[in-house]
Amino acid sequence: METKTPVDRRQFLRVSAIAGGGVLLATYIEPFANAGARLSGAAAPAADFAPNAFIRITPDGTITIIAKNPEIGQGIKTMLPMLIADELDADWSKVKIEQGKLDSVNYLPRQFAGGSTATPQNWIPMRRVGAAARAMLVTAAAQTWNVPESELTTSMGAVIHQASNRRATYGELSAKASSVPSPNLETVKLKDPKQFTIIGKGVPGVDNRTIVTGKPLFGIDVTVPGMLYAVFEKAPVFAAKVTSANLDEIKKEPGVKHAFVVDGGTQLTGLLPGVAIVADSWWQARSARSKLKVVWEDHPTAQQSSASIARQADELSKKTPQRNLRKDGDVDAAFKSAAKVVEATYFYPFIAHAPLEPQNTTASFKDGKLEIWSPTQIPEGGRTLCAQTLGIKDTDITVSLIRAGGGFGRRLNNDYMVEAAWIAKQINGPVKLLWTREDDMQHDFYRPAGYHYLKGAVDASGKLIAWKNHFVSFGDPERMAAAPVPNQGAPFASSAGISGLEFPARFVPNFTIDTSVMPLGVPTGALRAPGSNGIAYATQSFIDELALAAGKDPLQFRIDLVSNTPIALEPPPNAPPGQQPILFEGQRMRGVLELVREKSGWGKTLPKGTGMGVAFHWSHRGYFAEVVQATVQKNGTLKVDKVWVAGDIGNQIINPLNAENQVQGSVIDGISEALAQEITIEGGRTTQSNFNDFPLIRMRQAPPVEVHFNITDNAPTGIGEPALPPVVPALCSAIYAATGKRVRSLPLSKADLKWT
Amino acid sequence: MTFTFKVNGKTTTVDVAPDMPLLWVLRDVLDLKGTKYGCGIAQCGACTVHVKGTPTRSCRLPMSRVQGAEITTIEGLSTDGSHPVQRAWEAIDVPQCGYCQAGQIMSAAALLARNSNPSDADIDSAMNGNICRCGTYNRIREAIHKAATSAATDGGAAARSGRSGDEN
Repeated sequence: METKTPVDRRQFLRVSAIAGGGVLLATYIEPFANAGARLSGAAAPAADFAPNAFIRITPDGTITIIAKNPEIGQGIKTMLPMLIADELDADWSKVKIEQGKLDSVNYLPRQFAGGSTATPQNWIPMRRVGAAARAMLVTAAAQTWNVPESELTTSMGAVIHQASNRRATYGELSAKASSVPSPNLETVKLKDPKQFTIIGKGVPGVDNRTIVTGKPLFGIDVTVPGMLYAVFEKAPVFAAKVTSANLDEIKKEPGVKHAFVVDGGTQLTGLLPGVAIVADSWWQARSARSKLKVVWEDHPTAQQSSASIARQADELSKKTPQRNLRKDGDVDAAFKSAAKVVEATYFYPFIAHAPLEPQNTTASFKDGKLEIWSPTQIPEGGRTLCAQTLGIKDTDITVSLIRAGGGFGRRLNNDYMVEAAWIAKQINGPVKLLWTREDDMQHDFYRPAGYHYLKGAVDASGKLIAWKNHFVSFGDPERMAAAPVPNQGAPFASSAGISGLEFPARFVPNFTIDTSVMPLGVPTGALRAPGSNGIAYATQSFIDELALAAGKDPLQFRIDLVSNTPIALEPPPNAPPGQQPILFEGQRMRGVLELVREKSGWGKTLPKGTGMGVAFHWSHRGYFAEVVQATVQKNGTLKVDKVWVAGDIGNQIINPLNAENQVQGSVIDGISEALAQEITIEGGRTTQSNFNDFPLIRMRQAPPVEVHFNITDNAPTGIGEPALPPVVPALCSAIYAATGKRVRSLPLSKADLKWT
Repeated sequence: MTFTFKVNGKTTTVDVAPDMPLLWVLRDVLDLKGTKYGCGIAQCGACTVHVKGTPTRSCRLPMSRVQGAEITTIEGLSTDGSHPVQRAWEAIDVPQCGYCQAGQIMSAAALLARNSNPSDADIDSAMNGNICRCGTYNRIREAIHKAATSAATDGGAAARSGRSGDEN
């Protein structure tokens, strides 16, 4: 369909829906609201009150709040507006929420979904936005009624003057408030938490109705007039170039409009070489692709395999480590004097993110300008990548943030966005690129595998006195072996690193953490609780082994360990102010360990074949301790019976309804990873391709998850990630308690859990 | 090739290739975007629709087998979210990313249509073909029990008629 008139995008969707499906379908299509927000760009009518880019109040009393961050299932589209609305004293049931487009000037802090950072970064700024608007409405009312501001209160979207029994809605005050100067955001008065009316209440997701009625909402649902559909085939060996392809044949397939080679580059995070097929419908493009024959160039990583990686790791473990990351006391002396010494090697595999919505982006290129609709976690990075790759300016690109069907870190890379942008430029028009599940599984930025060569010791009293870890991972071996460069992190591959401060650093008197790395030709990246999701498994499982060697209860052993006085940290000599590391606080972990002990009924007698395991982990500023109860049949069949969680994310659970959901999801996600997830590499390529060989957890395997929070006097922090890491080692320790079998290699589907 | 079938009660004719899966006809020809693509091999259940009331993976259902069929999609369950399963999903706040939920709801609605009071084991069995990558299984289970209770309270009428109701 063609249109010459500039039309608001929401109208576009309505129009195209009717044109594409006829009258029958018109009833099904509501405006695709979250693609339409343009508050910051459009001039507000004079009577509207738009004190900042986040709020607009119209004379009819409609309050619209912009949700600026990408929504990937973490509930941020509900949570950030809650912060604004509470300080504004709006009536939540009447607030309209719109998704903000990418706007690096007006929407600060940065529009980003990752690292569980949204809560710590936005907790104060978003509240200030609401409080400033409220203050202006109060001033408007005071001027209108000629009364002191101190006599005015606000509630449910209205200013009230109790003394004269007068009340004006925000809508009635909107025109007047527009002429009031905005207060200084840094000094605007915020509520006492006791006055919160929305924060701390369970608020259901703002898109729930759209979701349960199946209305268009996700990236895959975006439709723009005249758009074509694209598929993109890349080399199974990452970044291999195209030698030739049977493009002439492909162009003859039904519906195919374009078929061309994309040269691409060598950066794994950028546009890679491949073949694009563009057709009238996605199914036609997909069908044509099944006849595509591409000859790929040889590539140096084509010999790489999971077996060769494991061999290299084993060799590296026997050599002098490339770099020491931290050292306290003298581990070797402690091992000599110890009552018991334990050694173990832990392995966890590569795994894929597999968000349920396959990667996609809709892009339109016209007259040198690019418009993008994308489910991305980092839209700003995507815009930069598109600008650099297409050779256009940032200012010639607009990006609409579209709700993503899961993220988990996968959409921190915008490879699919730049592919869509490139194809749109080539065809000089609008196109929707949609990957297949197989594309997604075989072209992920995988959670890197990891190898931990551990040695620990306890003294005669059962106290942990020595800990040594040689962590074998991926990165640049030459730079790792060279002297560290000041103010530069160790040269690990993306998300393949470990910190010298990783627990139990500072809590064990004799401590060494070393690392060695090998090069890798496989893309890696952040997967929910990156680093932590593997490190916690190795670390906490090994702590369990040491507790048993000490003859201690595994939960009490952990409480004793976190209760040690930590070794004082010397500030890094060159660290700028405010860049000091945030440190693990033992007493906060003790709090959640004690809470989960109580809630789980830890220590009760269980039948043979059933066991409880405990683990804790600190990541993304959150403190989580978890107990898993699992039952293993003699034939090795595993069932996770129940999980108890105790978390400490500060003094305010902003949306308890979502917080519980996120924790339950994190725990079930972690169990899913442990049960059967593994990506293997063979001939430089990913072996697995879909959910038949990369199984995700299903209803029958998912245990009840009981969630408790320990409210402590700390600023609120994020909840998307930190509940995941402890469940993996807690499950493995439950299996040990049930069977006597210690699982030192994941996934569990490869472990022999039979017992007699 | 033309195929005539019923979608959400309305007779519809499309002209597409016989091997084109119903999923893509729904999404890209009829513009019913509620039914989702997740795997394309009937492993994840995101594309679940009802074929004469039976939950079916539309990603593996070629149009050659849809001739004359009666299809219900998430859009046909109710136009306003008033089906007891949709209402329960909202009341319990089931979704995280929400991408799988149309498929989950279609499987749950089919379960409740043939078993008005399912046990946990019944739910396990009926829902095991639907993956929720976000892991909302605890709440899906709770919502199915809630929908069963509310449908029973309504005398089961709401499940059939899509009568609007407000239990929140």
